[in-house]
Amino acid sequence: MVMANFPIEEDNDHGVHPLKFSLWLIIISIIMMFAAFTSAYIVRREEGNWLEFNLPGILLVNTIVIILSSVTMQLAHNSAKENNVGRLKLMLFLTLGLGIAFLVGQWYGWADLVQHNIYFGGTGSNPAGSFLYVLTGVHGFHLITGLIFVAIVLSSSLKYRVHSKKMLRIQLCTVYWHFLGGLWLYLYVFLRLNH
Amino acid sequence: MSSTDISMTRDVHHVHEEHDEHHHDQNFFEKYIFSLDHKVIAKQYLFMGIFWAFVGGFLSILFRLQLGWPEATFTFLEPILGGWIENGKLNPEFYLALVTMHGTIMVFFVLTAGLSGTFSNFLIPLQIGARDMASGFMNMLSFWVFFIASVIMFWSLFIETGPAAGGWTVYPPLSALPEAIQGSGDGMTMWLISMALFIVSQLLGGVNYITTVINLRTKGMSMTKIPLTIWAFLLTAVLGLLAFPVLLSAALLLIFDRSFGTSFFLSDIYIAGQALSNTGGSAILFQHLFWFLGHPEVYIVILPAMGLVSEVIATNARKPIFGYRAMIGSMVGIAVLSFVVWAHHMFVTGMNPFLGSVFMFLTLIIAVPSAVKVFNWIATIWRGNVRFTAAMLFAIGFVSLFISGGLTGIILGNSALDIQLHDTYFVVAHFHLVMGAAAFFGMFCGVYHWYPKMFGRMMDEKLGYIHFWLTFIAVYLVFMPMHYIGIAGFPRRYYNWTGFETFNIFTDLNTFISLAAIFGFVAQFIFLFNFVYSIFRGRRATENPWHSNTLEWTTPVLPGHGNWPGEIPAVYRWPYDYSKPGAAEDYIPQTVPFSQTQSSNLPNEKDFE
Repeated sequence: MVMANFPIEEDNDHGVHPLKFSLWLIIISIIMMFAAFTSAYIVRREEGNWLEFNLPGILLVNTIVIILSSVTMQLAHNSAKENNVGRLKLMLFLTLGLGIAFLVGQWYGWADLVQHNIYFGGTGSNPAGSFLYVLTGVHGFHLITGLIFVAIVLSSSLKYRVHSKKMLRIQLCTVYWHFLGGLWLYLYVFLRLNH
Repeated sequence: MSSTDISMTRDVHHVHEEHDEHHHDQNFFEKYIFSLDHKVIAKQYLFMGIFWAFVGGFLSILFRLQLGWPEATFTFLEPILGGWIENGKLNPEFYLALVTMHGTIMVFFVLTAGLSGTFSNFLIPLQIGARDMASGFMNMLSFWVFFIASVIMFWSLFIETGPAAGGWTVYPPLSALPEAIQGSGDGMTMWLISMALFIVSQLLGGVNYITTVINLRTKGMSMTKIPLTIWAFLLTAVLGLLAFPVLLSAALLLIFDRSFGTSFFLSDIYIAGQALSNTGGSAILFQHLFWFLGHPEVYIVILPAMGLVSEVIATNARKPIFGYRAMIGSMVGIAVLSFVVWAHHMFVTGMNPFLGSVFMFLTLIIAVPSAVKVFNWIATIWRGNVRFTAAMLFAIGFVSLFISGGLTGIILGNSALDIQLHDTYFVVAHFHLVMGAAAFFGMFCGVYHWYPKMFGRMMDEKLGYIHFWLTFIAVYLVFMPMHYIGIAGFPRRYYNWTGFETFNIFTDLNTFISLAAIFGFVAQFIFLFNFVYSIFRGRRATENPWHSNTLEWTTPVLPGHGNWPGEIPAVYRWPYDYSKPGAAEDYIPQTVPFSQTQSSNLPNEKDFE
């Protein structure tokens, strides 16, 4: 991650920064992946032999946690813009913490499913349950990549390398993090509706 | 992610000087192995593509031997195939592995990675006037992930249970159950891992191509002044970006079914009288997911070839491309339609006939933009001052193959006719002509045409002619008879047909096809020799040997890292001002302003003087 002699994006008054553009393209490809999963879910569900069960209650808590983390991420972004380094670090820490809390919560969600005899695979598993594991699992994987990104931004903010003249990295991180939150929100609503 | 390269478009001159200092002491690895330079990465893709093409071609010769001479004994192949030859007979399961790997290698590793990997990388920065790709690092990563995918796929050829054998479409349940055939064991696992990496590589590359085309065009290079090649690469990358993640999803679910006991695609299956525990899955679901990628994939293969051919035809016919905007429009049309026709691969899966009619209708509409393109190519050649270079021959050959193969697409697109023709050799003949051989011709056309810019030397024209004619004849000799075999009802992927009384009469025809295939494969060694020899001993090229208009020909004979030694040239006109009335020469490069060509300016161009 060499960002050395990089022209700061304030220079770039026309059009989007190439890296930001790339990030949006990556986001599109992730959207396509989940579009495939959720449409497969719908198609498969229409065919019957579908196990109906209640979503683990903790998913709602997780949803609130990830929305909160989006808020703290945005606050971190704004603090960087205002050169408020103290608050920037705090907010990034909070985002990281909330992100990890979300993942732990998802893990408990899985444990809850297993307690209700809904398994990912093996005898007695039904695609209804497997799909839930896949959707949460693949989202969780992307969230881990997001957490790594947040951690990188946090470590560079500790070295005072994130400020109003050097916003690119935190901007990219914010976009990605909001996307991951939005993706979860979509998945949660989708699962609520198609159950 | 290194972002030094990105800054290069702004304040061009300054950055370049800085750039030179930066890369002065590149060692061998930085320069040739883990290079960030798009031209080196393009060559890496090209070499890999050529390597894979020969592997894929060789596999096809092996199974053509079996099909052509079903009664023969192949003891002479034992040194190569070892245990796969049993008592002089090719192992039937290995035959399935051969067709599977031939398809996988050709579609993905040669015609996707080898074709757009090579030419998107090489031409995008050069033709739009950029120093390099948006992210050189991602670009390098893309190649090396592809390399790892290649190693895994290649390795799977040599494992004891053989490579994947469920067909390149890897339909479950066959591919999902290791107990079903040997090839669904470790070979299939490696296939899936390799393909997952391959998809990642294509996405990294595709993101880069799109970003570069959208963001890094030089001054004056508007979207209606970029060469058609760039439009083709852009749309190819967009298709890949939208389609490959869906294949990744399908592959992921298949991996879970194979290794984690889920039942996404499996239900109510008995193996050797034993019921499996999987319930509730749907095998058709996989087909939907697969073909949602699979159909755009054929356009990922053919669009870059179309772009290359458009450029080469205009250059060598010394005429502006006929219908520039119609060409763009038809490519956009093809790209959009490619996402709504996937179920025409599934007419006989028991789908609702009404739905079948919808997909049939959408499929047949693709004939319209395709015909527009064919018409425009022919109209471009029409009464042109045609120079028959090797590249031009291959471009014309492409158009010929695209027409011959495309016509049968109209037949196959009919859901009623498809009941008879589905999974016969008619299908094989169709897609080999329209996307297999045609895309190969596009690739050859590209290699012959841009070779001087890649290696600073020319390929031998005479050998090029011989290569062209042998290949062209061989392709038709192989695939034309296949149509007849297909209409007669020969199914694909059958080890032999001698057990069926009906098909015995076609044995001679199959032998003929096999002979033609061997003949065509041998002809490719002429190309290989020409390619390798010319790198070292070819005639030295000039900066612009074809008198072409596009930007890459304004660079030095061997462009260095950064492409242009000085400032990046600005662009004033479209790339197809060939044989313009009143002009001093029969071409006007894009960098020549209208003020210097007053004698040839059209009335509406007077304003730009």
